[in-house]
Amino acid sequence: MIPSTFDYVRAETVEDAIKLLVESEGEGKLLAGGHSLLPLMKFRLTSPGTLIDINHISDLQGVQLKDERLVVGALTTHRDIIKDQLVQEHIPVLAQTARQIGDIQVRSRGTVGGNIAHADPAADLPGVALALEAEIELQDEDGKQRVSADGFFFGPLLTALPETSVLTAVSFLIPPMHAKSVYVKYEHPASGYAVVGVCAIAGKNASGKVDFIRVGINGVSDVAYRASAVEEALLGKAVTEENIRKAALLATKDAEMSGDMFASAEYRSHLCSIYTERALKQVLL
Amino acid sequence: MSAKKIKISVKVNGIQHTAEVEARLLLVHYLRDVLDLTGTHVGCDTTQCGACTIMLNGEAVKSCTVLAVQADGGEVMTVEGIGSMEQLHPIQEGFWEKHGLQCGFCTSGVMMATMGLLQENPEPTEQEIREGLKGVICRCTGYQYIVGAIQDAAQRMSEAKRGEEIETLHAGGGK
Amino acid sequence: MASMIGMRVKRKEDPKLITGNGNFTDDIKLPGMLYAAFLRSTHAHARIKRIDVSQAVELPGVVAVYTGEDLTGKIKSVPTSWYVPGCNLKAKDRSPLAVDKVLYVGEGVAMVVAEDRYTAYDALNAIEVEYEELKAVTGQEAALKDGAPLVHEDVKNNLAFLWKAGDVPDEAFTNAEVVVRERYYEQRVVPNPMETRAAVAQYNSGSGDMTVWCTSQNPHIHRMVYAEVLGIPESKLRIIAPDVGGGFGAKIGVYADEAVVAYAARHLKRPVKWMEDRKEHFMATNHARDEVIEVELAGKRDGTMTALRVRNTANMGAYLSTMGAGVPTICFGLMVTGAYAIPQAAVEVYGVYTNTTPTDAYRGAGKPESAYQIERAVDAFAREIGMDPVEIRRKNFVPKEKFPYDTAMAVTYDSGDYMLTLDKALEIADYEELRREQEALRKQGRYLGIGLSTYVELCGLGPSKVAGAIGLQFGQWENATVRVHPSGKVTVLTGASPHGQGEDTTFAQVVADKFGVPLEDIEVLHGDTQMIPMGWGTYGSRTTPVGGAAVAIAAERVTEKAKKIAAHELEVSTEDLEFSDGIFQVKGVPGHQRTFQEIARSANMAWNLPEGMEPALEAQSFFDPSNFVYPFGAHICVVEVDSNTGQIELKRYIAVDDVGRVINPMIAEGQVHGGLAQGIGQALWEGAVYEENGQLISGTFMDYTMPKADFFPVLETAFTETPSPVNPLGAKGVGETGATASPPAVVNAVLDALRPFGITHLDMPLTPEKVWRAMQKGRKEA
Repeated sequence: MIPSTFDYVRAETVEDAIKLLVESEGEGKLLAGGHSLLPLMKFRLTSPGTLIDINHISDLQGVQLKDERLVVGALTTHRDIIKDQLVQEHIPVLAQTARQIGDIQVRSRGTVGGNIAHADPAADLPGVALALEAEIELQDEDGKQRVSADGFFFGPLLTALPETSVLTAVSFLIPPMHAKSVYVKYEHPASGYAVVGVCAIAGKNASGKVDFIRVGINGVSDVAYRASAVEEALLGKAVTEENIRKAALLATKDAEMSGDMFASAEYRSHLCSIYTERALKQVLL
Repeated sequence: MSAKKIKISVKVNGIQHTAEVEARLLLVHYLRDVLDLTGTHVGCDTTQCGACTIMLNGEAVKSCTVLAVQADGGEVMTVEGIGSMEQLHPIQEGFWEKHGLQCGFCTSGVMMATMGLLQENPEPTEQEIREGLKGVICRCTGYQYIVGAIQDAAQRMSEAKRGEEIETLHAGGGK
Repeated sequence: MASMIGMRVKRKEDPKLITGNGNFTDDIKLPGMLYAAFLRSTHAHARIKRIDVSQAVELPGVVAVYTGEDLTGKIKSVPTSWYVPGCNLKAKDRSPLAVDKVLYVGEGVAMVVAEDRYTAYDALNAIEVEYEELKAVTGQEAALKDGAPLVHEDVKNNLAFLWKAGDVPDEAFTNAEVVVRERYYEQRVVPNPMETRAAVAQYNSGSGDMTVWCTSQNPHIHRMVYAEVLGIPESKLRIIAPDVGGGFGAKIGVYADEAVVAYAARHLKRPVKWMEDRKEHFMATNHARDEVIEVELAGKRDGTMTALRVRNTANMGAYLSTMGAGVPTICFGLMVTGAYAIPQAAVEVYGVYTNTTPTDAYRGAGKPESAYQIERAVDAFAREIGMDPVEIRRKNFVPKEKFPYDTAMAVTYDSGDYMLTLDKALEIADYEELRREQEALRKQGRYLGIGLSTYVELCGLGPSKVAGAIGLQFGQWENATVRVHPSGKVTVLTGASPHGQGEDTTFAQVVADKFGVPLEDIEVLHGDTQMIPMGWGTYGSRTTPVGGAAVAIAAERVTEKAKKIAAHELEVSTEDLEFSDGIFQVKGVPGHQRTFQEIARSANMAWNLPEGMEPALEAQSFFDPSNFVYPFGAHICVVEVDSNTGQIELKRYIAVDDVGRVINPMIAEGQVHGGLAQGIGQALWEGAVYEENGQLISGTFMDYTMPKADFFPVLETAFTETPSPVNPLGAKGVGETGATASPPAVVNAVLDALRPFGITHLDMPLTPEKVWRAMQKGRKEA
């Protein structure tokens, strides 16, 4: 399969990219790793008039520790995340998740910014981003702004990202020291995407009660979501298998399950609770 | 439709090439159709089979999902560049020795993915090898002897490295 | 020198492939070459009202656009090649590109030829086709019903054929102590070799010579059919199968696309290349299986099986493909009794047209379906009478002393020792211990399952007179030429054109073993109709038992001639000579000898040959075997089912196969592994799914699960060797054993695991949801 023709321009700075986006009058698309965009273009499911290559913008690379958060540049690849010292030290679950994305080759090219901006509901990062209270840093002609991940994902391939904005970075909350975190995934055997992916981050206090909990889920519905009902059910409660099991049953409460050829909505719903339970057990027991 | 050509310059298997290409030209087609490096193959159109895997700037990537213009200024290594019959790369030796291929169509990609895998993890366990092969599809072998080939290659590479280290040590000691 | 037969030698074909020097069809580049791309039907059933190519033709770089009408009268339709007799077969030829109507999604509607690949794809988007959609039918049972849409208007009830064999009186069932009745759906699968189909055609308008490089498992068959389709005599049509990236049956088929590419090359007087992309491959290259199989198995409470009746309702797709009709009839039907001495059996097969991609051979072709139904039914029978699945098999096996054995389906199993493979498999698995472990785990709420499959298959096609009798429009002998050059180096030509099976090595081993020359001195050539006298290709596990046997016979003929020359030179009689390790030695006279290389030179120089002997050292064989070969074996699969999610963990897989004499164990093991991956793939993951309107919704690797490395444990394989009496090598063919044996082993294992839930049936693929739902139902009922 072959993409249609397009113009190709290279942006050297974020400002440059914004200007080119504006000039393209809706015909332009940013090209980072290309691992979300090019597959669509090869099937001609999308045919942008101009590709604006942002790979040469050095500001968008790398991971920084800033204000108790890790700020990950949009062009940071999944492979970079896995190898990054700051990530390993402060948010190991981010590396653990990145290791479960695609395959070695895809992780070499796929970027954090691309993954988030593409908003594939079965991608692995959105759930983690929600659990880690990520903020998506955007820049347009009027300047910079931050959007909470919670309000960023609208639906399949739909986000709050305006057409003429550049997603420059994603910043993640560093969980409290005592909290443990994990991402568990039921992988689609063909595509490698998540049929269900649950990121759980939780900790308990000295008396064994849950004092911190965040659960983000992707794969099961047409948009990733934060499982607030699960969090509420466990917060302040004693850590017991029974409490975890009951809370996990609420995992589907904050979203409408979707179904496909591989897994119906009913089955996904079941898996969603099972995987939430497994994730919670891993971090709390 | 506008199809303005873009000038690119890419080092492929150690040789600098320049060409004017359409922006939409996929890297794999640049290698195959422009440079006639046909050892790299195309087996699917959804970035899954890995038959097109090459090394781009030291990383294993699927060249069907990279534009040739994105490789501009970069370095590419394909199967043609990793070794020759006079001096096979340990990965090539492993695949030959352990029957890691049958029809040979996916093989170049699998070997290049192996290079990426062993670079990340020079002494992988059997399970790590299997997981490391997520990005390739082989329809012939059932993977068993691919896994064996990679174990063999890993051993050859670590032995070679140890050999080098000892040599360096000896060289140092002699002074 | 030790015998080369049975040696694990490295493959001779590998150096080019591991260095990127292979030569696959898409690697070919000719001066002035154009690129073709096909526009394919987006509808399963529709009338073509209008095709407008005017915009496409105008695009810069587009050289030509062809539609079905453009080709009418220029090239002929591609026929099926298997006219199964006695079944009222209604074959419909496929026109090269659709005219008036399209009958399945993916059928060719137009072909663009452009200066480059990219422009050709652009042009596809510029073609406008107006369709009038018609009601489609995709399932075979629905298609048989009165009032179902007709795929071909003159084929009533879409019944392409009704084939019957064998006869069992009803009393055999009504009077039986036990009858089990089962119904299985063998899902549709896509062979998916990693190299899709491709063709490059070059025409010399002066000489009229046409050369077509294409991804073929059998270039001589392609030549025979395309000669007719293109109207080019075989003497002017050269088909070359260069390196071929896997086939698995999908490249036996003779398709129209390659012929259209060749037509364009002739018409435009420029070389034309086409390569399918994967999405296209999913729609346009033959699918396989898709059979509804109903089984009735009768027997006694003591476990003796007495009668079998099978009905197969097979989905043939929109046309009968090359070998289409033979797969569910001959290949399936003749093997329904499996490894068991069931005295009475009958089969009826409904071949049904539907608005889907045609089905044809895929690794095993009919035999996996046959093994599946009998192996599942035997387990069902054992369950019914409370017998261990091992015991019921032992009780009913064709005993070793009964070979050659005439089955109820009137085929003669050549040789076998079924107990031997079963015992070995049980020993490797430690069956008793596994059963104990299963018991212990069940108490902990964990569900381990152990599944058996003791299969036998029909391979090594085959006697040509049988091929004729069953309506196959091919011969089934095989050709080999063994040519010894003056230096003693050897060239072997074979008609069995490989695509990954390692013939360059195994055939060289056969020759090296005969001549006592090093393997490096032997080259095996194949795949070019101009170079190879004739041949029938590689499929149906025929390569070694038929093609390899031909090589052995030709080599033996060379040896005989060489011996005469040596005797003549040494002035002794041939009886006084012994030949070993490449040396003709006068018995008892050390030093009085000639080397094979010396004789090769003598033969080619012809300065001093025995009176009346012709020069040169070369022999041919056109070997036509007297029977098929019947490999067999015992496979054991061990799984654990997650009772929470229905996910299946493959814990162990043991395959003990008897493929007769093994030439190269390493290559044979590789064949078994590959077959297992495909068979286990069918059991657990693969499946082509059509929507009711005929859209293929599992049409990419994103939805169609190809098995990957991390899906499998280490496969435990072993061989026993019961030689076949049918060919001089004693070989039986190994390519299809894994794909044939494994689906029932896996499904039987899963059902065994799920016994506590009262589950006795699940259809493949055993997706986690299917298993989970069955467990939910089982829990409710309990």
